[in-house]
Amino acid sequence: MSWKPLETMGWGRASAAFGDVARPERVAHLKKLLSLGAMPAFGMRRSYGDAPLTSSEKSLDMTRLDRVLDFDAATGLVHVEAGLPIGDLGRMFAAQDWLPPVSPGTGFATIGGCIANDVHGKNHHVVGSFGQHVTEITLIQGDKTRVITPNDSAEFQATVGGLGQTGVIASAKIQMMPCKGDLMVLTERRIDDLDEFFMAFEDATKDFTVGWIDATAKGDRLGRGVLEEGEITSGVNRSSGKTKSVPFNAPAWALSAPIVRLFNELYFRRVPRSGRTSVKPITDPFFPLDAIHNWNRLYGKAGFNQFQCVVPLNAKDSLREMLERISASGLASPLAVLKKMGAGRAGYMSFPMEGYTLAVDFPNRGAADYLIRDLTNMAREAGGRIYFAKDGVAKPQQIDGMYPDQDAWRKVVNEIDPTYANATNLVTRLNLRGPAPETKPAGESA
Amino acid sequence: MSNSSETWIILGATSSMARAFARKVAADGANVLLCGRDMDDLAASAADCTARGAANATALKFDARDTASFAPIITQAQAESGMINCAVFVGSMPTQSEIDAAPELIEGVIKDNYTGPAAFLQMLAPEIELRGGGTVVGVGSVAGDRGRIGNYVYGSAKAGFATYLSGLRNRLTRAGGHVVTVKPGFVDTAMTWDVEGMFLVAAPEKVATDILKAVDKKRNVIYTPFFWRYIMLIIRNIPEFIFKKMSI
Ligand SMILES: Cc1cc2nc3c(=O)[nH]c(=O)nc-3n(C[C@H](O)[C@H](O)[C@H](O)COP(=O)(O)OP(=O)(O)OC[C@H]3O[C@@H](n4cnc5c(N)ncnc54)[C@H](O)[C@@H]3O)c2cc1C
Repeated sequence: MSWKPLETMGWGRASAAFGDVARPERVAHLKKLLSLGAMPAFGMRRSYGDAPLTSSEKSLDMTRLDRVLDFDAATGLVHVEAGLPIGDLGRMFAAQDWLPPVSPGTGFATIGGCIANDVHGKNHHVVGSFGQHVTEITLIQGDKTRVITPNDSAEFQATVGGLGQTGVIASAKIQMMPCKGDLMVLTERRIDDLDEFFMAFEDATKDFTVGWIDATAKGDRLGRGVLEEGEITSGVNRSSGKTKSVPFNAPAWALSAPIVRLFNELYFRRVPRSGRTSVKPITDPFFPLDAIHNWNRLYGKAGFNQFQCVVPLNAKDSLREMLERISASGLASPLAVLKKMGAGRAGYMSFPMEGYTLAVDFPNRGAADYLIRDLTNMAREAGGRIYFAKDGVAKPQQIDGMYPDQDAWRKVVNEIDPTYANATNLVTRLNLRGPAPETKPAGESA
Repeated sequence: MSNSSETWIILGATSSMARAFARKVAADGANVLLCGRDMDDLAASAADCTARGAANATALKFDARDTASFAPIITQAQAESGMINCAVFVGSMPTQSEIDAAPELIEGVIKDNYTGPAAFLQMLAPEIELRGGGTVVGVGSVAGDRGRIGNYVYGSAKAGFATYLSGLRNRLTRAGGHVVTVKPGFVDTAMTWDVEGMFLVAAPEKVATDILKAVDKKRNVIYTPFFWRYIMLIIRNIPEFIFKKMSI
């Protein structure tokens, strides 16, 4: 009675899968399901492509296992179930002066997803990636339950950023970050071109920095945008946090090239020449898009893909070529982000590297897939890599060499899960674990 | 609204509706007694309620089919000062075809959905009268409004429970207490996850919010989401000679 045939989609709605899904509400139920055989798990499916999807097989929706199992207000160590959205964790303990040390751009991402993609936030250059603050993970591997810590070096590094391939994350302990409150002093200023952006990032001193980039701008204006810098300040936000939602798919013209150009122009000019500073609830700059539920429907029925890469500092000029290619395509959407990353990462397959990361959304139309693959090649040639949390279109050979520790990861996960029972659509599409065994022996648990 | 001088006994606390409700009263600082069968799960929910602001959260064994499990819960509640409230979320719903194949299942359905919780509330009632107040929330189902071919055994148990609740309301009102009967439509829970033909499915959080509003306003009977009142109004008014031929 646990299984429901379900179509699932990544956040971009351009990747979909059809399979049987169970959504356990009790750990005993989760363990019972897994004792019959390992299978992949997913959280809120805030990954854009097919990372959280599994076709024609069983998979587990973890979102109902979302409880706080322990919290020590003196040390800030919290033990939570994997399905808890990270935004909830932030809201719950800010009044006691603790925040999650790392938050991705959406508060809906679950703790399981934050671990499995080793997510980064706007403060990555200061505190590193999410996994670096995880002190313990409880994994369920078929009929076995294992508790691992950073001391279990190989298994831990294969799990953090490991796309769920070492088993289902049931719960984790996270060292929270002390804070004075959950308000942020936010400074915004216009940046006129890419070089100015690079300089601004070099000089940035604040804990939180991110750049919005006008990916439609060309020529002199290539790489122009707005730099946001923030610092947490005292005071606690008690606003109700009302949200709006997009009730239906937007028509195709909603994000057509002229409209995006107009939007970007206005967005750029919204910030006065002289810049501006304001104090906001932390959720505004942390999760700017969460205020509008289902904003992914703005892209219409066909959905969209995001391209995100990171390139090393010494290859930062490759971003100029990428932006030229993007603006020439006329396919860019308003959503484009540039950020300088630090070196912090906690897993073999973690995305971050010291350098610059660029993320751009593209509506799923015309030559967008082709464009994204082109950009992927450019990132690879620059010695960079793409982010699996965002990808839905790359080809396996394009990934070769992007992740230097991939072999170490393969060795661990293929040993833990020799039948590839945990393989998701992304893992299979990109052949991340190497050639799969001939057949999945039926009924055997990994 | 609830505060630290209130205790909420929550029966069937492992269900997602009960969990959502417990979180809300916990956030208001209530003392919660989470009662059910899966003690590991209840311990996890108790920790969660504590983290969300409960004055205190305790996991206790409750089995609707085992009346011996009732008294220790009542005793524990009696040790608390302030108002004692109780929200009943227990229930079970084997499919009608399972019951058709094994008619003896009826006994368990009646115990889980009706006689078990009713016997518990019967033991609790004098305590509410003694304290001159307290609220009982009884979660029934729209299925109790009319017997349908698809699940009339479950529906009849819920109907019995609803009638019991109206009598209990009649009794407790005299002593300053109150009873809210809740009739949820389709709710997105483990019970309905794989049931086909669900529509207008509500999130457990939405139901929990509606229940707390009804408690605050001392409503007697609520449908949640509200539109089920109208759906059921229509269904109840279909003449029996037509209804008996329908399969809805
Ligand atoms: C608006 C927006 C902004 C974003 N901004 C950022 C950002 O700034 N930085 C960043 O790093 N990312 C960002 N992301 C990506 C997002 O943080 C990641 O995709 C994250 O993994 C999503 O979490 P989820 O719970 O939705 O996981 P899902 O997308 O459901 O799953 C992601 C992966 O984790 C695995 N997984 C999930 N739960 C479990 C579990 N319990 N056990 C085992 N495996 C599991 C899945 O198999 C899958 O491989 C953003 C996404 C959106 C929509």
